[in-house]
Amino acid sequence: MTEIVKARNVGMKFRAVEALTDVSLDVAPGEQVALLGHNGAGKTTLFRLILGFIKPTAGSISIAGFAPGSDAARRVVSYLPEQVAFPKMLTGREVVRFYARLKGAAPEDVQAVLDKVELVEAADRRVDTYSKGMRQRLGLAQALVGNPRLLLLDEPTSGLDPLSRQHFYELIADVSRRGCSVLLSSHGLSELEARTDRVAILRKGRLVADGPLAELQTQADLPIRIRVRAAAGAVGSVHAEIGGGRINCASVELCCARGDKMRILSKISGLGAQVEDVDVASPTLDEVYRYFSNNGIEQVQRGDIQCTA
Amino acid sequence: MHGVITIAATEIRIGLRNRWIILSSLILLAFALILVLLGSAPGGEVKTDAVTVVVASLSTLSVYLVPLIALLLSYDAIAGEIDRGTLQLVLASPVSRGSVLVGKFLGHVAVLAIAVSSGYGIAGLVAFFANGAGEAVALIGVGRLIASSTVLGATFIAIGYIASASVRQTGTAAALAIAIWLFAVVLYDLVLLGGLLASQDGFFARAVFPWLLVFNPADAFRLYNMSAIDALAVGSNLGGAGSALPLSGLATMLSPVAWTAIALGLSTVILKRVRP
Repeated sequence: MTEIVKARNVGMKFRAVEALTDVSLDVAPGEQVALLGHNGAGKTTLFRLILGFIKPTAGSISIAGFAPGSDAARRVVSYLPEQVAFPKMLTGREVVRFYARLKGAAPEDVQAVLDKVELVEAADRRVDTYSKGMRQRLGLAQALVGNPRLLLLDEPTSGLDPLSRQHFYELIADVSRRGCSVLLSSHGLSELEARTDRVAILRKGRLVADGPLAELQTQADLPIRIRVRAAAGAVGSVHAEIGGGRINCASVELCCARGDKMRILSKISGLGAQVEDVDVASPTLDEVYRYFSNNGIEQVQRGDIQCTA
Repeated sequence: MHGVITIAATEIRIGLRNRWIILSSLILLAFALILVLLGSAPGGEVKTDAVTVVVASLSTLSVYLVPLIALLLSYDAIAGEIDRGTLQLVLASPVSRGSVLVGKFLGHVAVLAIAVSSGYGIAGLVAFFANGAGEAVALIGVGRLIASSTVLGATFIAIGYIASASVRQTGTAAALAIAIWLFAVVLYDLVLLGGLLASQDGFFARAVFPWLLVFNPADAFRLYNMSAIDALAVGSNLGGAGSALPLSGLATMLSPVAWTAIALGLSTVILKRVRP
């Protein structure tokens, strides 16, 4: 089956500014891909290229085999911009109906998507009475109408509370189960809550990582942090035994590579009653993201994150 | 075509909901009633029908108010929608940019037509009955005023789109719209007047001035309404330069119609280059 998005060596230059450099990215049918990066890393530029609003200055993009921006491609893609303010005076249903008509969707689709995003009760109220979460769901509803094959969501969960965010990802997962591809952008990995099939990270317009989350975690190979709370009076001998750094008069903290984890843990368990408690922390998603998006700066700290206190 | 109708219908709905239509018709009605009530007092026992006099005053009012209302309606159409992110959504759907503009245009013209017909219509009826039911033919004058005001409004709506599509900020578009209004409606006539005074030999008055007068859609609108009233009853020389004009009668309205077509074409070209 053809890829829904096929970007090959795409470059985009705005006068002197190189917004994207040599980006190649594929999105398969039904796949969920998260595009991560700082503000200005090029996420929105890539979206505008996929929508055909701008033309790449290098490389090529095709949308289900069509040129971006062509009528055929626009029938495939649905878009939710980062910031969208629907006309306040219209009701939610009128907004969705408007976009349904523009996309040539069936009228009964309107009710179906309102139902899906749980806006049926509020559908006949004006948009200016909606909460932020409801507006975001309305935005998703207009994107879902007309059964698109690719959903393009620009930071869809920024500013949502954790519960609405979770709900949002459940909706997206449901859509992709029915074969719709999803390409969404986000500020950080933690916001994604590990819900997408694949993660692509942009740094200053370059694609620095592209793969499933677990693969990226292995690739980053960030150290694991072990904190040992010693029994009363034993902190000195524990420290002498396992090394690392004393963080207060009761605990010792050390970092180790993935491969060393078990060896060190067995050494700690060998200390018997001297140890009161052990806490093992794997690198967080944010740390993995920071590793890729700040590559270089982080590398210096690698191996002893916060262990040099 | 489907997109055009959808966009036009939504513009009308928004116009009704945000009280735009109510507000602008009330403004037109208020000014019109002032003219009707003040105008009828000194009219006394003049032969001319009272409604006709009112139509003459209203057409002067229209020259100022209708372009202003039209520009206020249209300056936000493109720049504002880019600001709010909704134009991106519309352009991401399979609708051509030309249809987007035509849909907005039809919607805005409908909004303006409703405002003008309710404002002037009520004022016209008040004048008609307040003066003990004049001739019915005078009401045709009111209808002509409403129709020509709508055409004038359509011209400035289309010109407003040029302003809205050429800048990125809504504020800049608003400033541009006000500048267009000031120039077309106020300064243009002053410049022409200056030209008339400055040219001693009368060449400007004979050969250039009439063309320049018809060239400006607002002046062409005024000429059309004055000449129509002239023909009807008033008999005085309200039309002024009437005899020397390159276009006369209904043909003067070709100027705003041509401007509308040019402005719509130009704003479509600009909109096609917009990269939201």
